[in-house]
Amino acid sequence: MQRFILSKKNQITLVSGILIVIGFASELIFKNEAVAVAALVIASIIGVVPIAIQAYQALRVKVVSIDVLVTIAVVGAFFIKNFEESAIVTFLFLFGAYLEQRTLNKTRSAIKELTEMAPESALKLMENGEFEEVEVDEVDVGDVLLVKTGAKIPVDGTVLTGEGSINEASITGESLPVSKEQGSNVFAGTILDNGTIQIVADRVGEDTTFGKIIELVEEAQDSKSEAERFIDRFSKYYTPAVLVLGIIVWLVSRDIELAITILVLGCPGALVIGVPVSNVAGIGNGARHGILLKGSEVIGDFSRVETMVFDKTGTLTVGNPAVVDKKYFGDQIEEALGFLASVERESDHPLGKAILTDIGETTFSPVENTEVIKGGGIKASVNQHSVAVGNVALMEKEGVPLNEEARAAIAEFENQGNSLVLTAVDGELKILMGVRDQIRPGVKEDLAKLRKLGVKNLVMLSGDNQRTVDVVSKELGLTEAHGNMLPEDKSAYIKKLIDAGQIVAFVGDGVNDSPSLALANIGIAMGSGTDVAIETSDVVLMNSDFSRLPHALGLAKATARNMKQNILIAVGVVLFLLAGVFFSEWMNMSIGMLVHEASILVVILNGMRLLRYKLR
Amino acid sequence: MKKATIQLDTLTCPSCVLKIENAVKAMNHVEKDSVSVMFNSSKVKFDFDDEKLAVADVEKAITALGYDVKKTQVK
Repeated sequence: MQRFILSKKNQITLVSGILIVIGFASELIFKNEAVAVAALVIASIIGVVPIAIQAYQALRVKVVSIDVLVTIAVVGAFFIKNFEESAIVTFLFLFGAYLEQRTLNKTRSAIKELTEMAPESALKLMENGEFEEVEVDEVDVGDVLLVKTGAKIPVDGTVLTGEGSINEASITGESLPVSKEQGSNVFAGTILDNGTIQIVADRVGEDTTFGKIIELVEEAQDSKSEAERFIDRFSKYYTPAVLVLGIIVWLVSRDIELAITILVLGCPGALVIGVPVSNVAGIGNGARHGILLKGSEVIGDFSRVETMVFDKTGTLTVGNPAVVDKKYFGDQIEEALGFLASVERESDHPLGKAILTDIGETTFSPVENTEVIKGGGIKASVNQHSVAVGNVALMEKEGVPLNEEARAAIAEFENQGNSLVLTAVDGELKILMGVRDQIRPGVKEDLAKLRKLGVKNLVMLSGDNQRTVDVVSKELGLTEAHGNMLPEDKSAYIKKLIDAGQIVAFVGDGVNDSPSLALANIGIAMGSGTDVAIETSDVVLMNSDFSRLPHALGLAKATARNMKQNILIAVGVVLFLLAGVFFSEWMNMSIGMLVHEASILVVILNGMRLLRYKLR
Repeated sequence: MKKATIQLDTLTCPSCVLKIENAVKAMNHVEKDSVSVMFNSSKVKFDFDDEKLAVADVEKAITALGYDVKKTQVK
């Protein structure tokens, strides 16, 4: 019975609303007092029933909820025969709850879209050799699954047979399909655009990358900041306190009307709901833009960040060194390039890969008598030619003459922050290459946006030598840049900044920066979503997309602002109403309830603005 | 000890959270400190002794308060 009534709450609201209109119409237009009273009495009674049921359920578990206050107030109004008030208050309360539900669903929509992308079923290979559709919960590690075109990959796994292209936007934010073949890894929640594949399950359910992301976002939207926990504690005692206040007022003044007005005005409505709606809308906006913000505490800290510390390699720079400058000397360059490629093909030096990529197709020749000169380079003989590949020191040691032109080029390349690779054939300099890790496109503009958002210091830390670091720093216009830093030096540096009282964010790829990520006030991981970084950090930029960083900071600031506005609105409304009760003539229950419900809607709508937030 | 996650119909009033929390905490064999009711995701999470308490009883207690249970996971 109780459940039936509660499930018909919307219809009850509607009927009660119609009755109130009938009541007022018959009183004001038809001057029919009897019909008016009857209509309002019925409206009050049917309206108060669902509220009273909720109040009763709350009291049973020892909670003095708003329902309790409203029920007592309505009964009180009934008792002093103020049926207009009792009818309007119940209607407004019910109608307000209905609107709250509708608008709240909107604020939660962004996160819901994400969680609904979770796969639900899978085609599993059964013992009889046939594939059968099962719920995704029933898939275990090691099961073989069939995925057809257009279907979602149900678990994290490895492709056994078949090939296809997969849209991994749900994991990486990258919408270009990635082609997969035997042995490729596939991720739960991504979509097979075309092809048919069989996969073996490696991780299932909450252990999958997608499962982790969902869990993280779900926890984030409900994680509470210190201020929120305070509001929660406060409201636990606030509602009973309002009840006590109402009773005291009644005992002292013997004025039931005043007492029940206080009960209605004291409802805490907007205060408890204000911060959670900002939080869920802000985090939802982030999730849509490939930014995971881990809860309102993080949002608060992030919004006040003063210093941002960046790892260089892989964060500000692309992470793959490439040949960016080169100069040839003399003739037979084609042959020299072939020799260089042949030598580099056999070395595992990190610059070697960049050089091979740059040279591309060439004629490889057998390499003999290879000799690695420590701190210099490589000497070898290729096709009866002696070949030396390495730095300037090696050339000087080998007696390779460097003319004016070569020396000028070397100086210029070095000034640009390049590592130099010189190639000499038979004691004659042929090729000079400058290899360098390039700055990510757009980083400079993004850093400018961060400054505009109020970040005072932009600091870069790197394991590279100071000269390379200085070049990058100068190009990007950073506040400070330090080279030759080991991971522990980086975290020590961050600790120093925090001890000096700064609010510090660290941005890194999370591979070897976990200590710094954990130590900084806000750890921001540039991860494709697969790393431990997700767990240690406070903010994750999906798909390592640096350009999301300004949006993330702007969003955090907007969300923190939004929370403050909502608290201000809520507290302001309560103060306004209380002042109205004591200092004015016109304040009554209905106006109080109207203002309350309106304030709740205002904070929800205010929170909803965050869903559309964009960095200008 | 097992961990249960109960997905409810959308929660809309923060005072519902307190009601559900108190109701679940009041049950025997539920780890009191583990009970958390998540307002935005409309979920209840708690640890309980699965030998002495069936998760269906917790569901019943929540349903009695007027909140529909959509899905329950125990592990």
